Amino acid sequence: MKSAVVVFPGSNRDRDMIAAIEKVSGRAPLAVWYADPDMPPVDLIVIPGGFSYGDYLRSGAIAARAPIMRTIAERAAAGVPVLGICNGFQTLCEAGLLPGVLMRNASLRFVCREVHLRVETTGCAFTERYRKGEVIRCPVAHGDGNYRTDEETLAHLNDEDRVAFRYVDGSGARTASANPNGSIDDIAGILNRRRNVLGMMPHPENLIEPLHGGRDGRRLFEGILGRVAA
Amino acid sequence: MKAIVTVTLKSGVLDPQGKAIEGALASLGFSGIDSVRQGKIFEIEVEEADPARATAALSAMAEKLLANTVIENYRVELVPGRDA
Repeated sequence: MKSAVVVFPGSNRDRDMIAAIEKVSGRAPLAVWYADPDMPPVDLIVIPGGFSYGDYLRSGAIAARAPIMRTIAERAAAGVPVLGICNGFQTLCEAGLLPGVLMRNASLRFVCREVHLRVETTGCAFTERYRKGEVIRCPVAHGDGNYRTDEETLAHLNDEDRVAFRYVDGSGARTASANPNGSIDDIAGILNRRRNVLGMMPHPENLIEPLHGGRDGRRLFEGILGRVAA
Repeated sequence: MKAIVTVTLKSGVLDPQGKAIEGALASLGFSGIDSVRQGKIFEIEVEEADPARATAALSAMAEKLLANTVIENYRVELVPGRDA
């Protein structure tokens, strides 16, 4: 099982991601610099969090136009799982691999705290080790996490069971104060139609061992890394 | 040739930054403001001298990068320069 973590200028959660994947799978992923001419064949591609290109123009906009994204789009179309966390989610939306856009938090404030997420679907390798409706803890740290899309796309996401996670309170209820960024329909993470591309604002890689204060993010990696190893 | 590409949020798209600016203007005593929407302006110098071809190229730039057409509209204007 080989995985790759793509590093752009301004990525800053790449090391957390590499550590998490190594911890869970026992094998360190490749760190692939965005300008490397060839991405080796891998079983999982991860775009980590950070501030690629300083969030110039729009978060993830410049990274999404880098040539490596064409390779990632081709691999995704061929069925390779792609995970985008935080700036990675923004980049996947800007690249058109996921629908919608992540706008400035409704509060206009950078939000760095722990939230609760409800697992809305277990119908993908990323979430299959969770229970549907399960409430997990997860850290967030972003200024542009306010997911927006048109009504038609939102209806598709719901009808096709493509909302992976929603922000909820500790009891699993959707409330205004549980949503850290004003995201439409309390959406924290979504899947593509083929269900092999997941984008999410929260950072499961930062909650995988007791020293992190919990292990709620671990099963996401166990799911996807276990699947591609099989 | 010089061009100006203006990118604005589509109507109906929430603009929290515009709202904050609106609030700040009100706190400075500016009254009678119905709403504020924030956008971006790009000044671009292109080599193309033919207005139609330049406009087409700039529109393609706006579609592919300058605007996110999920939430933003754009407008391309050519600015007559010294050599026009």
